[in-house]
Amino acid sequence: MRIALFATCLVDSLFPDVGKATVTLLERLGHQVEFPEAQTCCGQMHVNTGYQPEALPLVRRYVETFEPYEAIVAPSGSCVGSVRHQHAMVARKYADEALAVRAEAVAAKTYELSELLVDVLGVEDVGATYPHRVTYHPTCHSLRMIRVGDKPLRLLRQVRGIDLVELPDADVCCGFGGTFAVKNSDVSTAMLADKMTNVLSTGAEICTAGDSSCLMHIGGGLARLSTGVRTVHLAEVLASTAGPAT
Amino acid sequence: MSTFLGLPTAPHAGHLRGDGLFPAAAADAVKDSQLRRNIGHATATIRAKRARVVDEVPDWQQLREAGRAIKAETMAHLDRYLVQFEEAFTARGGVVHWARDADEANRIVTSLVQATGATEVVKVKSMATQEIGLNEALEAAGITPYETDLAELIVQLGNDRPSHILVPAIHKNRSEIADIFRREMPDVPGDLTDEPARLADAARLHLRRTFLTARVAISGANFGVAETGTLSVVESEGNGRMCLTLPETLITVMGIEKLVPTWRDLEVFLQLLPRSSTGERMNPYTSTWTGVTPGDGPQDVHLVLLDNGRTAALADEVGRSALHCIRCSACLNVCPVYERTGGHAYGSVYPGPIGAILSPLLTGLHDEPENASLPYASTLCGACYDVCPVMIDIPTILVHLRNRKVETSKADHKVPTPEAVAMAAMSYVWSDNRRWALAERLSRLGRVLGRRGKISRLPFPGSRWTRSRDAPVPPVESFREWWAKR
Repeated sequence: MRIALFATCLVDSLFPDVGKATVTLLERLGHQVEFPEAQTCCGQMHVNTGYQPEALPLVRRYVETFEPYEAIVAPSGSCVGSVRHQHAMVARKYADEALAVRAEAVAAKTYELSELLVDVLGVEDVGATYPHRVTYHPTCHSLRMIRVGDKPLRLLRQVRGIDLVELPDADVCCGFGGTFAVKNSDVSTAMLADKMTNVLSTGAEICTAGDSSCLMHIGGGLARLSTGVRTVHLAEVLASTAGPAT
Repeated sequence: MSTFLGLPTAPHAGHLRGDGLFPAAAADAVKDSQLRRNIGHATATIRAKRARVVDEVPDWQQLREAGRAIKAETMAHLDRYLVQFEEAFTARGGVVHWARDADEANRIVTSLVQATGATEVVKVKSMATQEIGLNEALEAAGITPYETDLAELIVQLGNDRPSHILVPAIHKNRSEIADIFRREMPDVPGDLTDEPARLADAARLHLRRTFLTARVAISGANFGVAETGTLSVVESEGNGRMCLTLPETLITVMGIEKLVPTWRDLEVFLQLLPRSSTGERMNPYTSTWTGVTPGDGPQDVHLVLLDNGRTAALADEVGRSALHCIRCSACLNVCPVYERTGGHAYGSVYPGPIGAILSPLLTGLHDEPENASLPYASTLCGACYDVCPVMIDIPTILVHLRNRKVETSKADHKVPTPEAVAMAAMSYVWSDNRRWALAERLSRLGRVLGRRGKISRLPFPGSRWTRSRDAPVPPVESFREWWAKR
């Protein structure tokens, strides 16, 4: 299958290894991956901070860039959530119905990584090996906005050598929330503290999730406290085939 | 199509706004470890109880959809249902008063009490009367209001404000409550301990005389049935039943959005409400009354229908479903922000996720910096939407109100805010992939801030991130550069 990768602005600029892992994984499964260079950002930060007219050119760019492809994958539940739940809304409000209809069509073929693997490609065992003690944080938008359910866990359970441990209060937000983390820094930090306590209680070496943004938040806290626990994106775990990984 | 009806928002009276912005109030609240323990413990208990009794209902999702649909129908034809209600209520001997805002409602209630000659009134727990600040208005007129709900009594005796819609004293633990009783209750038993049963006994003794002598009661209402002109109060302690039946005069203050079209519709809400609010299968005391029943109960029955910004909220096509709220507070109990800040940080009597949308919808966002900060008091995690018994899409309304706030601010300020400038700049950068690739290369300058693979100190506003979290060091090569070389 020919799959377009929407890397997301965060992965493109700050976490390129997550994009590389997504490519490695999909190619290993026998699919052709393309990276349309015209892509930039989905516009979620603008919409969620209240700047919808400023998000319109980004929505238009996303639609025009990805319209020609039959399937689009992003290693982010949150960005896919924005594409599905916000793009048509912004188009309808600040442009025209035609763009909104096109945005809906592109959104319908945009998948978060675990959705693409399980629902579209019909695979749960991706042939990965990852001999580490790992806990999985489901991320709010994957869980409640696009409802990936237990797909990431089904993928992780098939990974060779993994010691997957359940995260207490897993479905509670880590406190990131985009600009919330700076606008309401104190509350955000209080939420992060509880998330870190739960991660540490599992004894895991690795905390994984399907969103680099949440992982940047949790990982930033874990690093500040020198806990030794690392954050690794789901794509990197699934792309790994041997011994001591990333 | 967006319609501007030029409707008045709630003016500066009552308790729909606080004295400061949410981030500052929340930062203070987060530091209070006793408060966080009290609220964390209480919300965890109610959350678990709710989850148990909701999970056992096989058609819960259909019930939610029914609740949503009934409320949407009511809001779409509110003008008609209100008139229908008034006619039915009046035909059964009740008197309807229309109040456009808090001041008008307070004046109507005060003059109704004064007309009876009474100097004290008993009250059923009511969010609407808290919203308009009725107790203060009555006191200013020389009338003493007695809150009879146990938790409202604690709040009133402590000269405090409710911090939760259902459990107004949730921020107090039982030893703090015992202290308040010892200090403020005139007839407190000398050997009072902080055992819940002893505290309830003390309150019962304190209230009994008032129940038996009060000639006027004031209540809110959970539901008004348009078809029959029936009002309903749903409560757990039985104090409400005493207030609604013993006094000669009963005055009810109800928001205009509390209507349901038919008596049968109550079936849906009386299943949704107790399970969502107290985590009970059935509500203990559900009182309904239709006008005056000669020789039985209050013979002088009044209803004040309150707008106070509700029509303005109704005019907001995205926000109007906030008026579907049945005040169960399930969204407060699951909210990770509310759990850590408590209700007072929200300023308004309506805290938590529903308050973060309802308060700004009622007051508007223009010249309301306190309430304009509320739509940002959320990570958009979506837990509130999942538990809402009438399916109010709170995250979507939060995002919508943030947009309204920004557009209001743009219209009010000739000079754009630093945030608006930054957002416009990022929009420009992301509107073209070559600009974005250049920005990525420039961001690499940030590598000089990196120490051992992380950045521990950024300048403002990044400092608000790095005060508690490390930031990633920009990589030597972006993903798109790696791809281009491949």
